[in-house]
Amino acid sequence: MPQEFVPIVLFLLVAIGFAGVTLLPSRLLQTNKYNKVKLDPYECGIQPATDARDRYSIRYYLVAMLFVIFDVETVFMFPWAVILEELGWFGLIEMMVFLFILVVGFVYAWKKGALEWA
Amino acid sequence: MMVDQVVIPALKILIVLNAVLVGVTFMVLLERKVIAWTQARLGPMRVGPYGVLQPIADVVKLMTKEDITPVKADRWVFSVAPLIALIPALIVFAVIPFGPEVSLFGRQVALYITDLNVGLLYVVSVASIGVYGIILAGWASNSKFPLLASLRASAQLISYEVAVTMTLVSMIVSAGTLSMVGIVNAQESQQVWYLFVQPLAFFIFFVGGLAETNRAPFDMPEAEQELTGGFHTEYSGMRFALFFLAEYANMIVVSAVATTLFLGGWLRPFPNVAALSFLDLVPAWCWFLAKTFVFLYIFLWVRATLPRYRYDQLMRLGWKVLIPLAIANVVVSGLVKVLL
Amino acid sequence: MGEWLLFYAFSLVAILASALVIGQRNPMYSVLLLVASFGASAGLYVQLDAPFVAVTQIIVYAGAVMVLFLYVVMLLNQPREDASEWDRTHPLRRPGLARLGAILAALLVVELGWALVRSGTLGAFTGDTSSLASVRTIGQVMFSDYVFAFEATSVLILAALVGGVYLAHREGSR
Repeated sequence: MPQEFVPIVLFLLVAIGFAGVTLLPSRLLQTNKYNKVKLDPYECGIQPATDARDRYSIRYYLVAMLFVIFDVETVFMFPWAVILEELGWFGLIEMMVFLFILVVGFVYAWKKGALEWA
Repeated sequence: MMVDQVVIPALKILIVLNAVLVGVTFMVLLERKVIAWTQARLGPMRVGPYGVLQPIADVVKLMTKEDITPVKADRWVFSVAPLIALIPALIVFAVIPFGPEVSLFGRQVALYITDLNVGLLYVVSVASIGVYGIILAGWASNSKFPLLASLRASAQLISYEVAVTMTLVSMIVSAGTLSMVGIVNAQESQQVWYLFVQPLAFFIFFVGGLAETNRAPFDMPEAEQELTGGFHTEYSGMRFALFFLAEYANMIVVSAVATTLFLGGWLRPFPNVAALSFLDLVPAWCWFLAKTFVFLYIFLWVRATLPRYRYDQLMRLGWKVLIPLAIANVVVSGLVKVLL
Repeated sequence: MGEWLLFYAFSLVAILASALVIGQRNPMYSVLLLVASFGASAGLYVQLDAPFVAVTQIIVYAGAVMVLFLYVVMLLNQPREDASEWDRTHPLRRPGLARLGAILAALLVVELGWALVRSGTLGAFTGDTSSLASVRTIGQVMFSDYVFAFEATSVLILAALVGGVYLAHREGSR
């Protein structure tokens, strides 16, 4: 493992340990007096009539999908950005072609109303 | 060997972790005070002089509150969600460069925990894990308001993540490196803060930062009038505190990253003006903390000033304004880089 | 020593989590375990001196693709894949197809075995690996030798985008 990653593993362990340990003292300090009403899901005081996990708008799925696509595109752009100075015009044109195709898709999604929320 | 690799990083980690915790608790107090002052109120005054001990009272209160797990909740995911929200918010600090290398007790010590050559991508990747905490909290609660809030919050987070990540690409074009320390060094050698090189990127990053930390004017997930307490409605006691901690730690992260990228990190103001070199008497890490504090203050200021966006307006701003701007900014940055 | 310990820790998490992904009845748990498995394999990439691949793995797979999966699981709201409610008449459940699936599964096991046996005979790369997987090197190779593949990828992504928008739009405009 490269040296500079050792502290990250350490930090991960410390963070997990910290998050676990903070929950312990409160376990000891708190008083637990539960009753059925207290443990019901919150619904402004009325009895929950239906299950909360209903079906939801397809828009959330659409947003997630657009996000995946743009995320993949962006990841490609990072190595390009780092070495753009060495690549010069050729590299710039390459990325412009790549971005142009991305923008075509973006405009399509826009025209189709995929970015519309209401 | 062992000392350099394990003991010193471990010490730094503990120092940073404690600093973040203290920072978060006093951010909460500062927030209440700043908002009170803007509304011509006093804010908390009871605990200690001018209420400065209020955060400690808050911690004690949260500790003694009972943990409630609703009957319909998924017990496992319900308990794990706060941890998934908090841990990424903490481990991002591993690559934040608080200062350059200094000699301390006759030993060269770097004022950052580690310097990765993929530092900025590490920040992006760890931040992208944080969204699970929110989705899982809402889903595991199995209650209507948290579930709706978590869907909204996560859709908001991922939408703005696209714009912010693309903005980072144009910053990398300017800096030519992904290392956080390298980005500060690039600003030193180019003798300019990137705020003045990439003002549009700064704007997108800051607006995106507000949205990614679920802060006003984008605090849709916690829109009390429609969604009661947001995705953590069903949480109480320390589990709730962990979400709170994660949110404020994320604010500090966004401020620290903004400082590194745009305000020259630990560099003094105007690194190009030699006449101001007496400012170097102030230790570099103090500049870093001061700049980060300015950002944190702006977070509070914005919250005290601006009304909340509506959800469809928020999504329109993200997808139809910020993302096209971010793409344009990448193109222009590339052109400028190649032409000059 | 620490190196080996970490390697086995990451491998164990990756394998266990992946095995449990298939074993879970609740799709939500499967998604979470898959995220854990991706995280562990990112750790393995770091050990192989490929930090860029590791962070990309987290950003794209753990941070984006799995969020999409979570959304799908939540939108469908199918808490359990219950064996008793399987649609016996579904076209994918015809006996011929089931047999095909069994053959494919067997083939996969054979392939895996073959790959494992062969990996022993392949010589490990002994050159300087530290510069091979840096962001710089990846960029230089991707934007010179693999320009065409890079540009073709954008068309692929475009197709995915158009397809997704089309499918979701048809649903939404009802």
